[in-house]
Amino acid sequence: MDIHVRNIEKDFGTFKALDRVDLDIESGELIALLGPSGSGKTTLLRVIAGLEFADQGEILFGNQDMARVPVRDRQVGFVFQHYALFKHMTVLDNVSFGLKVRKDKPSAEAIRQRATELIELVQLGGLEKRYPSQLSGGQRQRVALARALAIDPKVLLLDEPFGALDAKVRKDLRRWLRDLHDQTGVTTIFVTHDQEEALELADRVVIMNKGRIEQLGHVDAVYEKPANPFVFDFLGNTNIVPVTLRNGVVNLGQGDAAIAESSGSKDGPALLYVRPGDVRIAADGAAGLPTTVQRVQRTGPIVRIDAEVFGSTAPITVELPHLHHDTSAFQPGAELRLRLLQFSLYAEDSGALLGASTPADAIGVAASRQRSR
Amino acid sequence: MSAQDHSLRDPPDLPRPFRPSGPLMQRNSAITERRWVQWTLIATAVVFLLFFLFLPLVAVFAEAFRNGVSTYLIALQEPDARSALNLTLITAAIAVPLNLVFGVCAAWAITKFDFRGKSLLISLIDLPFSVSPVVAGLVYVLVFGAQGWLGPWLLEHDIKIVFAVPGIVLATIFVTFPFIARELIPLMQAQGTDDEQAAVSLGASGWKTFWRVTLPNIKWGLLYGVLLCNARAFGEFGAVSVVSGHIRGMTNTLPLHIEILYNEYAFAAAFAVASLLASLALVTLAAKSFLEWRYGDELAAGRRH
Repeated sequence: MDIHVRNIEKDFGTFKALDRVDLDIESGELIALLGPSGSGKTTLLRVIAGLEFADQGEILFGNQDMARVPVRDRQVGFVFQHYALFKHMTVLDNVSFGLKVRKDKPSAEAIRQRATELIELVQLGGLEKRYPSQLSGGQRQRVALARALAIDPKVLLLDEPFGALDAKVRKDLRRWLRDLHDQTGVTTIFVTHDQEEALELADRVVIMNKGRIEQLGHVDAVYEKPANPFVFDFLGNTNIVPVTLRNGVVNLGQGDAAIAESSGSKDGPALLYVRPGDVRIAADGAAGLPTTVQRVQRTGPIVRIDAEVFGSTAPITVELPHLHHDTSAFQPGAELRLRLLQFSLYAEDSGALLGASTPADAIGVAASRQRSR
Repeated sequence: MSAQDHSLRDPPDLPRPFRPSGPLMQRNSAITERRWVQWTLIATAVVFLLFFLFLPLVAVFAEAFRNGVSTYLIALQEPDARSALNLTLITAAIAVPLNLVFGVCAAWAITKFDFRGKSLLISLIDLPFSVSPVVAGLVYVLVFGAQGWLGPWLLEHDIKIVFAVPGIVLATIFVTFPFIARELIPLMQAQGTDDEQAAVSLGASGWKTFWRVTLPNIKWGLLYGVLLCNARAFGEFGAVSVVSGHIRGMTNTLPLHIEILYNEYAFAAAFAVASLLASLALVTLAAKSFLEWRYGDELAAGRRH
């Protein structure tokens, strides 16, 4: 079922939870609503479910306007953050609940069969007679999913599905949920504040902030071309470096580069955003910006280096895989060369995207000129 | 560097695995009081419980049987005593179910919905706790009494409320109103509305959600509230005393009957009837304990999750 969210607004008193939200979801998609707490992502999910009513705008399931359809008739599978399993019912009774309360209730045998099928699907076969209190967190989560799937939902809505689980279980369940989605093909929307989770699991990501959608796009597009500083910052660690923009050329310290998508931007100061993993570092003499290493930190598989670019005030953090052979080169005080492979450029005041790099015009590689030190 | 090497070669003394060196139940003096302090505290608690809870109960039964079993039975078989017992049971049988419905409705409304005047409703529920029962009784006399606001109208239609059974029931309902709601509100607040929302999203109607999800979640709190409410309905004195008129064999409940007997120096009879009232309370407690014992596992499972 394709779902369309049109111009939805929702206030809680003076707090604007949703501010003119538009969203189109294709049938069978797996969508992540990603944002910090208070960004309106859970409210949007609840509005789609019908657990919350919007002040304005409409929700369409296919062509059908759902505004007047109460939650019980919407046929949405909602998985709550803390699962909301019925504690006094066994796993089997929990999963059958949605079928038992239906107006056109199937026969007891059919209900039992369907519930057993779903319990098998979520790999909980043999635990039908257990009560929720006798299950682990991950198992409860899967019971909640089976219960939601039992009503053949038009859309599956998951509120922070992995929020209450520990890191290991969370990773396993993530992969499992993706497989399950590929098997069942139910349109699925889930809410998360964990960018890694959203990027790994979803087809498309909706990034929300202060009740608005900041960016909507495929996982790679959102990660590679963040629409604004908020999105860039939210999707992982970020270096923010003040630079100067002149005639479509960005200047940082002693290196500069033409940017690929200069949107007719004015000359002057701008902010360059670059992820620590998109910076390369090489021995002195190679191409790149002359740099002094300030601090080196080794954390397991990653080496983190704080480097000061000659002629720039902001230090840049670089993350490299831990390779033993180059350990000696990265000592505080070492003079090295730095290349920024992929970055975005935003206006200092408005935050508008001024341009982005492609790997070819990395600062330090395709430098049009390089001053001598 | 050398210090580092040294520390790598010679790890600092690590705490050895704990080996109990004495008898297994050796006391840990850091977390246990001295023996005489322990005994003093235990003795204080036991003496207190004996004097304030157990002794009065024993005294009631001892006094009741002081003049022998036959006197005891005669006191209970006396028509006034029987009628008082009947009236008490009838009153409780009407007041408790009504308060069960009121209490569940009020708790349901307060905890599952947001509406204007919610805090006012919460204060109103507490009113019977804060108002003296005598005042409550007087209010009913003022409203329904012969000189009261509705008195003339009631007289015209030949409806008797004050100094009759309806007044006693009304006063009892008023006084026992908060017990069930007060028991349920914190419980239902802690449970939140997720379960209900889940049920509704799965297609359950409001009614089915209540019967299949909400009620099973609150049944133990509800039972406890009903037992408390019932105990108070049996024992209520102040409010009932004002509205009853103390008509023997007609509007006397057990507590009122006991007072009358006591004031007439019929101590043995007074204590005999009192023992009956105490027995009712003990039966109530026993019923609660039995249910907790019988369904203890389910109760624990419900609380744990």
